[in-house]
Amino acid sequence: MNEAVIATRGLTRDFVRRTRSGRLLRDRTVVRAVDELTVTISAGESVGYIGANGAGKSTTIKMLVGILVPTAGEVRTCGLDPLRQRRQLAHEVGVVFGQRSQLWWDLPVRESFSILAAIHRLARARAREREAELVEHLEMADYLDTPGRQLSLGQRMRAEVAAALLHTPRLVILDEPTIGLDVLSKQRLRDFLLAERRVHGTTLLLTTHDMGDIERLCDRVLVVDHGRLAYQGSLDGLARTVGAERVLTVDLAEPVADLTDVPRTRHLGSEGNGIRQRLAFDAEATTAGSVLAEVGRRAEIRDLTIEEPDIEDVVRRIYQSQR
Amino acid sequence: MAESLAPALDQGAGMPPTRLAAYRAVLSSRIRAQRSYRANFYTDLAGSFLIGFIELAEVWILFHNVHALGGLTFRNILLVFGIADLAFSVAQMVFGHVDRMPTFLRAGTLDVFYLRPQPVLLQVITSEIGLRRLARALVGLGSLAVGLSLNQIHWSWANAVLLLVTILSATAVHSAMLVWAGGVQFFLVNGAEMTNAFVYGGRYAATQVASVWSAPLKVLFGFVFPMAVTAYVPALHLLGLPGPAWLPTWLAWWTPVFALWMWGLALFTWRQGIRHYQGGGG
Amino acid sequence: MPVRLLPYWRLFLAGVHEQSTYRLAMLGGLVANATFGFLKVAMLFATVRAAGGTLRGYDIGSMSAYIWLSQGLLGSVNLNGVSDFAERIKTGDVAVDFSRPVSPQGAAVARDVGKAVAALGPRGVPSVAIGVLVVGMTMPTTAWPYLLGVPSLAVGITLSAALVYALATAGFWLIETRGVQVLYMVVSGFFAGLFVPIALFPGWLAAMASATPFPSMMMSPIDILTGRVTVARSSALLGIQVVWLAATVTAGLVLTRAGRRTLEVQGG
Repeated sequence: MNEAVIATRGLTRDFVRRTRSGRLLRDRTVVRAVDELTVTISAGESVGYIGANGAGKSTTIKMLVGILVPTAGEVRTCGLDPLRQRRQLAHEVGVVFGQRSQLWWDLPVRESFSILAAIHRLARARAREREAELVEHLEMADYLDTPGRQLSLGQRMRAEVAAALLHTPRLVILDEPTIGLDVLSKQRLRDFLLAERRVHGTTLLLTTHDMGDIERLCDRVLVVDHGRLAYQGSLDGLARTVGAERVLTVDLAEPVADLTDVPRTRHLGSEGNGIRQRLAFDAEATTAGSVLAEVGRRAEIRDLTIEEPDIEDVVRRIYQSQR
Repeated sequence: MAESLAPALDQGAGMPPTRLAAYRAVLSSRIRAQRSYRANFYTDLAGSFLIGFIELAEVWILFHNVHALGGLTFRNILLVFGIADLAFSVAQMVFGHVDRMPTFLRAGTLDVFYLRPQPVLLQVITSEIGLRRLARALVGLGSLAVGLSLNQIHWSWANAVLLLVTILSATAVHSAMLVWAGGVQFFLVNGAEMTNAFVYGGRYAATQVASVWSAPLKVLFGFVFPMAVTAYVPALHLLGLPGPAWLPTWLAWWTPVFALWMWGLALFTWRQGIRHYQGGGG
Repeated sequence: MPVRLLPYWRLFLAGVHEQSTYRLAMLGGLVANATFGFLKVAMLFATVRAAGGTLRGYDIGSMSAYIWLSQGLLGSVNLNGVSDFAERIKTGDVAVDFSRPVSPQGAAVARDVGKAVAALGPRGVPSVAIGVLVVGMTMPTTAWPYLLGVPSLAVGITLSAALVYALATAGFWLIETRGVQVLYMVVSGFFAGLFVPIALFPGWLAAMASATPFPSMMMSPIDILTGRVTVARSSALLGIQVVWLAATVTAGLVLTRAGRRTLEVQGG
């Protein structure tokens, strides 16, 4: 049961950019968006695909589903050639593109669903059953008769996910599924995707900037940098590899000199003559408690916040460690 | 709530819908959507009718000043205008939204079509239907009917078949023009105006008396984008009039061949466009 | 320049600049202009010839001048009714326009006029060049037609921008403005004399046309520039243009104010 749902070997994609140089001449530069990507994702896995904007994530997804032709290398999705067997593949894959809607903006959500059911040639009974399941789990009953354009962001995202999953695809690809959602909506969507995976054995591939998505949903992460695979493995391993830092911000009772001497921390900066100071520390090397104790010994603490390492930061560190 | 489900699903519960069900589901829901905003729908119909009507008026004004143009009278030209505008309007109704390709490309709508198990071009074509254009087709049909009744036409079987074949082929030619223009959009950013020159210029040309054209126009709209043979030449044949240089009336029977040529060009352009989009060949 | 007018001048320049960046679109527009131009040449020349060489004051040379000037103005006189401002109302961006210390009407019109002027170079000049070099056309050899024609052209272009702005304000009250836009497109082209010069219209239809602002957008500047009408008649036409412009700007002002109130009541 460990067949590969996604398998790429040396997958590469170049773009030709033409930039104006002079009045008539144009420079032709080749930009490599994806560079010899070799990954295998097995059935039932859930994989986070992360990287900075422009790192090649969307280009990879477009090659996986047959929108773009690779410049070099091989790609098989669900055992099919995405270009030659695109239409067959469409039955096996569901994709949620952040900015591109599957819904008809002027039609009630319900009608969009029934059109999609016909597009995927689902039998009536099957379509109804699935629709009811999705409506229940994504809590969409309240707005089924609302046209797409009138949905709130959270409602729309849930409807988009339902639209992509209506035909119960084996592979679901989600491009920034939780972007712009409030905490509750994010939670709801993540729970749904977990349940979907449990019940149907769906394989998930998602791009995200949200650490919470990765923590809750993914067994494995792939990090790309300039089209190259910079890391693949578990999330814990990722944090350990790069030693991602947490940041402690303290507001002090009175201005003090910069706290540059707190053991195993790095002073990031201070504001208001030293009333507010920011310290970074490695979670592997010390604890928030001992850092706080050390700071408390030097000044009276009024207030504090601790920021978890954000994904951008983790990615940036990976990038730095590669160079 | 079951009745709000698309009619495409109104079949045996266990049977998967047919291949056509997908297109039918989209189209029938588009039709319902257009008709549900009644006020808008009627305004659109009126606007569309007015477009056809004013285009006819522009032709009429010329004939109001002179009795005959390039060998045809206003009665004669009604026949040309009727065939051309009927065919163009029907083509616009079914294929007209293909000229929204620039928007589809900019907004990434095309990517969504790639995620569905139907051919992309068929999805683009069946993604909408411009019902309002029926009103304009009515102007064409009216003009054709008046043209047929006011002119002396020898009604043989051959002529009846010719008329029918002409209308169908002319519709095919105008449809192919729209698909061709859609295919060109893959290559050009902001290039819609360029293709409009031939799509809408073609419509304008199709309603004209081609005998007054200069040689380059005859090449362009007589053969490359075969407009003259979609209405003017068949009308001459029906009226029993001789054709001008380069456009003999026996060409009237060749409209289906010109339609095939235009569709070949359109599909080839579309295919190249898709290749370009996917980055395979360009 | 008074400081108060400076923003509009800047917007005008922004419009000029914006238009000149779309080179390919310009080329496309030129191809369209030329194609339609040659088709008009075929039909209208044939009409003049069928009438015996002159028709209502037109001969081949002056008909050619009408054709290529009207084609050249297509990039500058808005005859399709599409505007950015209509889009801004639809998307709600108009709230931003209202929050600025400049008049939205002045801003939109200044920018559109900028675009229109920028289009005269790459679209107007080549069209006229085709007329002169390929087809042949006669233009007046005295100064008056040009002295009156240039301001007439400026008023015509501004009038079309102001009119399209006023049209766009319909969006404050209507959800779907495409119907209004299509209506404008059909009627404006016809009555501006785009496909057939108004002089060829039967009397009653010409009277209908002159009851609308559309001839002032295109037909009048062309009639003046080509010297088809006398100096006295030219001055009168220019006067009529200015009156239409004043009326349109006033209507735009009133509609903007009313629209703003509607927006405030409904909360956007």
